[in-house]
Amino acid sequence: MIQRTPFANALTYGVMIFGFLLLIGPFIVIVSGASQTIQQVNAIPFSFLPQDRLLENMGVAWARANLGTAMLNSFVMASLVTAGKVALSALTAFAIVFFRTPLKGFFFWMVFITLMLPLEVRVVPTYAVAADLFQPVRLLISAVTGFEVSVDWNLLNSYAGLTLPLIATATGTFLYRQFYLTLPDELAEAARMDGSGAIRFFIDMLLPLSRTNMLALTTIMFVYGWNQYLWPLLMVTDPQYKTTMMSLAALLPAEDGTPDWNVTLAGSLIIMLPPLIVVAVLQRWFVRGLVATEK
Amino acid sequence: MADIEIRAVRKSYGKNPILHGIDLAFASGEFVVILGPSGCGKSTLLRMIAGLEEITGGEIAINRRVVNRLEPRERGCAMVFQNYALYPHMTVAGNIGYALKVAGVPKAERLRRIEETAKIVGLFDYLDRKPAALSGGQRQRVAMARAIIREPSVFLFDEPLSNLDAKLRVTMRAEIRKLHQRLSATSVFVTHDQVEAMTLADKLVVMNKGVVEQVGQPLDIYHRPASIFVASFIGAPAMNLFDADIDLDGACLAFAGAKLLIDRALAAQLGAGTVTVGIRPEQCIVAPDAKGGVAMKVDFVEELGSGRVIHLELNGHPFAACVDEQTRVRPGDWISLVMPLAQLHVFDQKTGRRIEVDLDPRAVRGPAGQPALVTV
Repeated sequence: MIQRTPFANALTYGVMIFGFLLLIGPFIVIVSGASQTIQQVNAIPFSFLPQDRLLENMGVAWARANLGTAMLNSFVMASLVTAGKVALSALTAFAIVFFRTPLKGFFFWMVFITLMLPLEVRVVPTYAVAADLFQPVRLLISAVTGFEVSVDWNLLNSYAGLTLPLIATATGTFLYRQFYLTLPDELAEAARMDGSGAIRFFIDMLLPLSRTNMLALTTIMFVYGWNQYLWPLLMVTDPQYKTTMMSLAALLPAEDGTPDWNVTLAGSLIIMLPPLIVVAVLQRWFVRGLVATEK
Repeated sequence: MADIEIRAVRKSYGKNPILHGIDLAFASGEFVVILGPSGCGKSTLLRMIAGLEEITGGEIAINRRVVNRLEPRERGCAMVFQNYALYPHMTVAGNIGYALKVAGVPKAERLRRIEETAKIVGLFDYLDRKPAALSGGQRQRVAMARAIIREPSVFLFDEPLSNLDAKLRVTMRAEIRKLHQRLSATSVFVTHDQVEAMTLADKLVVMNKGVVEQVGQPLDIYHRPASIFVASFIGAPAMNLFDADIDLDGACLAFAGAKLLIDRALAAQLGAGTVTVGIRPEQCIVAPDAKGGVAMKVDFVEELGSGRVIHLELNGHPFAACVDEQTRVRPGDWISLVMPLAQLHVFDQKTGRRIEVDLDPRAVRGPAGQPALVTV
């Protein structure tokens, strides 16, 4: 229903401005707080006016939390999660949609069910697996032969450990499956008639056609990977592998310490920049990939 | 150039039989049209020739080589799909040349052949466009070019014209025919449109419910339909079909309150019982008065420009007749419909098959020695 009356227009703008302030509010607090001195940031009432100390505060935060390493780690982690996820989803959905196998439906629904089990729910068993990858084999060997084999093989303090459990989720597979289902059967058949095999079809047809889909998934997964906190906290003890979210937690003023919130806010401003850039660059495809298919 | 043999081919999806044993043979270079209503299995048969559907039973041989187990690319077939199935992200050139790219043809030769093919179908100026920027007819041409460039021994067309508007369909029909004359590859064309079928076919295959009803030249099928289904499916407006009782004593076919005098010997040959009799509307003669024909009331009139179709009614039974534009009738008029005996088709009601009887007027005479016509 589209109505164009002065009252409806005013109401629409009212709702939009309210929503805008609600969403932008915290961001204003961060920007203004990050540019103030420690006295200004602790003043009551809080002043929403930005000051000129932004770069100094950022410098302090960068040095104190060793943000250089953390940003690099987070970037590697988010990129690996994104790349792994896109590749895995494109391939699994390809297998599910384009091949006639008897247990196809079963596998799809098993993958689909994991949508209901985010990492936070299965964090304990996932940690158990990641911390001792060899355990199932060892159990098997001891059950069969009675020998206890001691092999220490785990993913703690490694990029593999940081990323693999995040890659193995169903969201991307589902997104890709829905996209593949919109493609007409004749497309695959025409390619078959032209002599293209399965792999060739995947590379020549599906990959270029799913470009918007891929970019949408990239946007989502990069932000998702960047924002991970719980999992890196569990997997990483070595400061070499610290990620930004862990550093941000370290930037919070201690209970009896100096309440230098301006530094904390400056740090968080640095940390939120990369995902912001990714979203800004990819947002055009992000929307297109989720709502429409290019025909 | 290849001949195709289809031997006892069956197809079922699970327990659902679609094709019940098809036997066909297409000569090399022939243009074969498979005609039938939707759901008769004609597309399935085509896709089995192409290799896109598995063959449940029987054999398909192309050039005397059984292809049951061969991949589509190994069969030497090219196919034009109903919705064209162009690759939306590739340019016209990319679409046309994709098969060659897959086959590993060097780029220079590929480009040369793409241009050559594009010229044949009149797409040379559009090679850089994406399919989305083309009109329906142009997309159709791309689909055809994509098939032509592979120089296949068999062309398969799966209702390629049904997505085009009426005018374009006529143009493309002529182009397909010309193309066939030029390339003379064996072509199998599936359609539900009888005009396409009649105009394109060297050999026409009429299918219904998974069986072949009749195979033959289009005109043969038009003049001598082998079954009630073929008789009703071929021809527009559709053939008049009615049930007639054979009266041995009066030597006539009795239908809808009217009587059609036939030869006594012929009546005896047919035997007592009921048959289905058919006559094409274009072969009925509308006489101005009621002499020598059946008096029928005009229900309504369809104008065709070059003539008109009169829809008639006889005791609740509909009839149609084609007349030229000089014949002026109006709804509610009474006219006399003459059905020449030589033009009648007789079908067995139980089997639905044609009964071969010679109804030629020279052999069949009415009581007064005149050609047998119809009395009320």
